[in-house]
Amino acid sequence: MTGNGLTRRRFAQSLGVIIATFALTSGPASSQAPAPLPFSLRNNRRLEGWIRLDADGTVTVFTGKAELGQGILTALAQIAAEELDMEYERIRMVSADTSRGPDEQYTFGSQSVEQSGSAIRAASAEARSILLAAAARRFAVRSETLKARNGVIVSPDGRQATYWEIASADPDLLKGDIAATAAPKKPSDYSIVGKSVQRIDFPGKLTGAPSFVQDMRLPGMVFARVVRPPRYGARLISLDEAAARSLPGVVALVRDGDFVAVAAEREEQAIAARNALASAARWSDDTALLPDISRLREELPKLRAETIVVGTSGQSAPLPDEIKRVSAEYSRAYLSHASIGPSCAVAWLKDGRMMVWSHTQGAYPLRGDLAKVLRMQTHEVDVIHMQGAGCYGHNGGDDAALDAALVARALAGRPVKLQWMRDDEFTHAPFSPGMAMKVEAALAADGRIVDWSYDVWSNSHAMRPGQAGGVNLLASWGLESPFTKSPPPHIPQPFGDGDRNAPPPYELPRKEIRNHLLLDSPLRNGSFRTLGAHGNIFAIESFMDEIAKAADRDPLAFRLAHLEDPRGRAVLQAAAKMAGWVPGEQGDGRHGRGLAYCRYKNIGMYAAAVVDVEVDRESGIVKVPRIVMAADIGCVINPDGARNQIEGGILQALSITLKEQVLFDRREVTSRDWSGYSILTFPEVPKVEIVLVDSSDPSLGAGEGSLPPTSAALANAFARATGRRIRDLPMTPDRVKAAL
Amino acid sequence: MGESMSYRLTVNGETHVVNAAGDTPLLYVLRNDLGLNGPKFGCGLGQCGACAAIVGKDLQRTCSIALQDIGGDEVITLEGLGTAEKPHPLQKSFVDEQAAQCGYCSNGMIVAAKALLDRNRDPSEDDIKNALADQLCRCGAHNRIVRAVRRAAAELER
Repeated sequence: MTGNGLTRRRFAQSLGVIIATFALTSGPASSQAPAPLPFSLRNNRRLEGWIRLDADGTVTVFTGKAELGQGILTALAQIAAEELDMEYERIRMVSADTSRGPDEQYTFGSQSVEQSGSAIRAASAEARSILLAAAARRFAVRSETLKARNGVIVSPDGRQATYWEIASADPDLLKGDIAATAAPKKPSDYSIVGKSVQRIDFPGKLTGAPSFVQDMRLPGMVFARVVRPPRYGARLISLDEAAARSLPGVVALVRDGDFVAVAAEREEQAIAARNALASAARWSDDTALLPDISRLREELPKLRAETIVVGTSGQSAPLPDEIKRVSAEYSRAYLSHASIGPSCAVAWLKDGRMMVWSHTQGAYPLRGDLAKVLRMQTHEVDVIHMQGAGCYGHNGGDDAALDAALVARALAGRPVKLQWMRDDEFTHAPFSPGMAMKVEAALAADGRIVDWSYDVWSNSHAMRPGQAGGVNLLASWGLESPFTKSPPPHIPQPFGDGDRNAPPPYELPRKEIRNHLLLDSPLRNGSFRTLGAHGNIFAIESFMDEIAKAADRDPLAFRLAHLEDPRGRAVLQAAAKMAGWVPGEQGDGRHGRGLAYCRYKNIGMYAAAVVDVEVDRESGIVKVPRIVMAADIGCVINPDGARNQIEGGILQALSITLKEQVLFDRREVTSRDWSGYSILTFPEVPKVEIVLVDSSDPSLGAGEGSLPPTSAALANAFARATGRRIRDLPMTPDRVKAAL
Repeated sequence: MGESMSYRLTVNGETHVVNAAGDTPLLYVLRNDLGLNGPKFGCGLGQCGACAAIVGKDLQRTCSIALQDIGGDEVITLEGLGTAEKPHPLQKSFVDEQAAQCGYCSNGMIVAAKALLDRNRDPSEDDIKNALADQLCRCGAHNRIVRAVRRAAAELER
């Protein structure tokens, strides 16, 4: 392992640290123990690495997290403004940038408010405290007597100085290691955090200001495209370059092993050359045998796997004499991130330095892998985050960054903008792997679950750049001197990988949960919003309804009878109340209502969903008129921003549950555009109602936890409407008709 | 690609002379010759609507219409509606309703809504959903977008 990539051990350790941070910060507010240094500050101690006063009366705040469309820069600006006693409009946010920003690894797992927010809160409180102390010296008063408002410090006798006036007297004032001794504000004193504010990026995005990496234009920039193999495993046998080289505008053709790319003066010329090259390329017949898509539930458990027991308890406890055993198997399709904008990057090799602008989720980890593949020193490569279309996880963004860098290396001095075409994204970006789940439980005569056994099979959902033991960048695997993929990391509970949320959220004295990590990847796998939590909660919460029925209990009462966590109970009861849940209500063959519950990662946000369905028995189309969700995300930074995330997750889950699946035959992916990979459209969108539970507990992240319960509640609604259950996602019309 | 030629093109009220092959999709001319950011490349197949603009009076997928076929029709893009300082009622209502997440599809949403409001000043919720049926949003901002269009319609009626 070279470069700055994490070793596997460090990766596991850093996750362990996150657990520790969480456990400590979720303790009682009155705790006397000294507050631990926020996670993100530990390797980024310098105050000037987080906060800088600028001459124009603004403050620049640096974060290592990336804006992915989730609104994180706005929320972080609110946190900084709150602690600095400033208007949030005067905060300028700079997101992940290896040339000048902190290293916060990846933007994933709904942890940005928790991690970067805690660091920025501490850094901002420290900056304010330093500024007040300097002002106190100037005014010859005690620091505690000063007040700060909108960036102006006022003394008791009315003298004033702005932060910038104070700082201008000493250029080193805000430089140094953060001691994290300045106490941040109490949540009860917040005036900006907790208020709905408008996203800082929307006025520009909605009027056509350059906002995305796709909008970057540099002097002398050329446009590039790649030519990918038609299927996994195919090798380039021959390439007749003549036709493409003779096309107008072509400035470079890059071939290295199986990697083929072309650059041209104009974008349409690059696309024409790409098409010419694709026609002229001969690929080997090699292929990876893909699973039978119609039988994932049976096929995935047959693949080579490493089995780990991720949770076990009470195995030696005796079982009651009279028990009823119930079991069921479930599956979920492979999913595409299906970003509306195909992946894109700009790369520029200038004076021996490679600069790459990318919509990566991990600027620093990507830099390490790029340096390895380019055989450059890490410090000779910089990765600067620029926004792309919403990615919802690990799409082709990192791969496009390497593609662009490989072309830029061949065109030293000229900036290269490389964008994937639609079929590149749909056939070569990582997919959320298909999943198979099996649950068995035993019910006692009193309706309690007395035994629980759970198995999940899937490939790793964590194959990002920067992981130990290889390189996780597409083009690197087919170069003349190829790199190998990193093996999947071991991500312990409660985070988990394919086993995220595999441990059930209920009080079950006797249970065992096994994760079968599949070792061979028939289709390229990676991280998609919630990792395995979506499939696991679909299975667990579908099964809870199935055993509630076997126990002749109402699904809500049955869950509450097995759930002690008061915040979990509260969201279930709130969702049921808002939806008008009627215990014991049965469907009429067409209409039905279902509910489901999840605490994301078993340590994150709480969410309960109630979904209504209308089933068209003739066409097999399931319509969803209404979805209700109650959520508890702890302290809310931007309520409207959080609602937007939760709503978005609900609708994406609906899309996944009803429609989405990567299509493939035994040789290759066949869903290559939007006609093959359908997503939810406007006429299919239901009314969505959300209630956010009021909480001053630590923020839990809002980006992902709404998806899993939505899917399960929909499956339960269908079962209640029709008396038939669909255990394989998506619930396509064919599957609906077959079930009926 | 055909031979490069000169084309006269009126975009957002200004006339430009563009040198490009006649079969160049309008999208690349708007983005790369005229430096506009509103229309986005999404699929190049006319399926997603991210590249939408108004050509003449019609909503068009600019990835699927050739430069040589524009003729004298004026092209209106997102930039032609308004600016951050002086937004069109639709742009203002999208901000007011926070009707986006990543914002990559927003160009198509706003431009398609403009085409709808040009022919129907008081669209119902279903009218809006049907008008946007071929505009894809992956983030799940749909309900906010519908509210924003209704809000803009009300604003334009006042």
